[in-house]
Amino acid sequence: MNPAYSVIFFTTASGAGYGLLIWLGVAAVFFDMPAHRWFGFAAFAVALALITVGLLASTLHLGHPERAWRGLTQWRSSWLSREGVVAVLTFIPAGLAAIGWVLLTRNGGVWAWLGAAAAILAVVTVFCTAMIYQSLRAIPRWNTPWVAPVYLAFALASGALLFHFGVRAFGLGLAWSGWAAATLTAAAWAVKLIYWSRIDGAAARSTAESATGLGHLGKVRLFEAPHTGDNYLMREMGYKIARKHARRLRIIALILGGALPVVLAAGATQLPDLAAAFVAAIAVISAGAGLLVERWLFFAEAVHTISLYYGTDAA
Amino acid sequence: MTSLPLNPPKKKLGLVIDLDTCVGCHACAVNCKEWNTGGHSAPLTDLEPYGESPLGVWFNRVHTFEAGDGAEGRTVHFPKSCLHCDEPACVTVCPTGASYKREEDGIVLVNPDTCIGCKLCSWACPYGAREYDYIDGVMKKCTMCIDRIYNENLEEQDRVPVCVSTCPASARHFGDLGDPNSEVSQLVRERGGYDLMPEMGMQPVNKYLPPRPAKRGAGDTGAPASLPDHEPGPVEAAGSGFLAWVDRTLSR
Ligand code: SF4
Ligand code: SF4
Repeated sequence: MNPAYSVIFFTTASGAGYGLLIWLGVAAVFFDMPAHRWFGFAAFAVALALITVGLLASTLHLGHPERAWRGLTQWRSSWLSREGVVAVLTFIPAGLAAIGWVLLTRNGGVWAWLGAAAAILAVVTVFCTAMIYQSLRAIPRWNTPWVAPVYLAFALASGALLFHFGVRAFGLGLAWSGWAAATLTAAAWAVKLIYWSRIDGAAARSTAESATGLGHLGKVRLFEAPHTGDNYLMREMGYKIARKHARRLRIIALILGGALPVVLAAGATQLPDLAAAFVAAIAVISAGAGLLVERWLFFAEAVHTISLYYGTDAA
Repeated sequence: MTSLPLNPPKKKLGLVIDLDTCVGCHACAVNCKEWNTGGHSAPLTDLEPYGESPLGVWFNRVHTFEAGDGAEGRTVHFPKSCLHCDEPACVTVCPTGASYKREEDGIVLVNPDTCIGCKLCSWACPYGAREYDYIDGVMKKCTMCIDRIYNENLEEQDRVPVCVSTCPASARHFGDLGDPNSEVSQLVRERGGYDLMPEMGMQPVNKYLPPRPAKRGAGDTGAPASLPDHEPGPVEAAGSGFLAWVDRTLSR
């Protein structure tokens, strides 16, 4: 699949935003976190900005952005529509919880429940995003039960890293958030490694033989493409990445997105607030870069069955 | 409505494509472009048609494959367009309801007035049957010539998809595959018509007829293997007989 930058950016940015929203809810409900006004302001602003920018990026890549509202109508059958509906709904409790936290400096009682509602809707939104990909049978490497866990795990991990940076930058202590961020990041990469090993080991689901039905005659090869030029299908779905490059990029993603942030977040628990904030910020940046590479690979490594009609052997 | 029709269509209009007789002339693809650039989903936009790398919307494309090796190898021309599937993922993934399957005849269409151009349907179709129009910003696809098959302004025999009427090898057949007694259904039964990529679960309506077994031995085609009755007789000795006289006379 062609790794379109708008989609890569959208899924990574909004994933981190929803992750942060989840942690704000969790902190208010389970950890009785004091409602520090400026921390709340910064955290909700970053979370909502990441989500909104991500949604806008994905809306702008539509052929008809002005009709985007129509995309909210088919939630009965379409994961894309469900994602849109839940994403819009999430803004309601998230906005209210932000008002409570920032304007009233309250995040207990009913405000905590609003935070919890926002967190739950955030989980559902990320799940819907993942299901858009996971449900596509035409892309066998996405059509595995590991896609949704990967998306959820990375949203939680990147949200935790942001949350950790925030609490340390505002001098709120809460050293547990460093351990949480390190553990979740490690766990997310464990899930991702399972996904990689599954897609590498999976047998081809479709082949040039099944795509043409000519397998009984022997090995099927493309002799002549339908046209000498390019076409929409090949631009959008024919992207191929060399195995060697993929391997290297995977290592880069793992180091930037996984190893470094884990070490930094864990190390930050041992540091005073200011130094910890600095280290936590590097962890966030490194993880962001690693996740963009990971998301790029998610697309670039996925083979669409359409390529079977254009000279690929198996998908 | 993006959900599939509540009552699955009984009538399933579709194509049966004969890979044995297709000669790979691309006439169906060209005439499809010609008709549909003025038809239901018009225009089929081209970008840089006379430039370095022309790119355009086509609903039907003819691929050519080699199958098997050596003397047993075959070259098979392979036209491909939307298969108007019974379980089309391109319809259920659509967030707007622009992509829909008709209850009355099973034809899968896109409403260009409500499509937002998210392209998800083209990701969901395993067969590459949907093409995005970069200029119009909407998805386009084979309409089964919906503007011909019910068109009372056309002669009865012309109310078929234009790819079918144009095929010089009669490799394309159109009819109701939901009716077991229709000519196309009989053809599928007789010739072992099959689905492309059945493992994708789309249950395509269009069927493909496999190439017939190769006939390579002398006589397999119905012509005599040798021509004993027509062996040339002994050549007449030069210098005598009527033909020799004619030859001598004419060569003077
Ligand atoms: S061939 Fe593709 S576009 Fe046509 S109905 Fe089937 S899934 Fe949809
Ligand atoms: S491109 Fe148009 S028809 Fe296709 S899924 Fe999106 S809105 Fe529906």
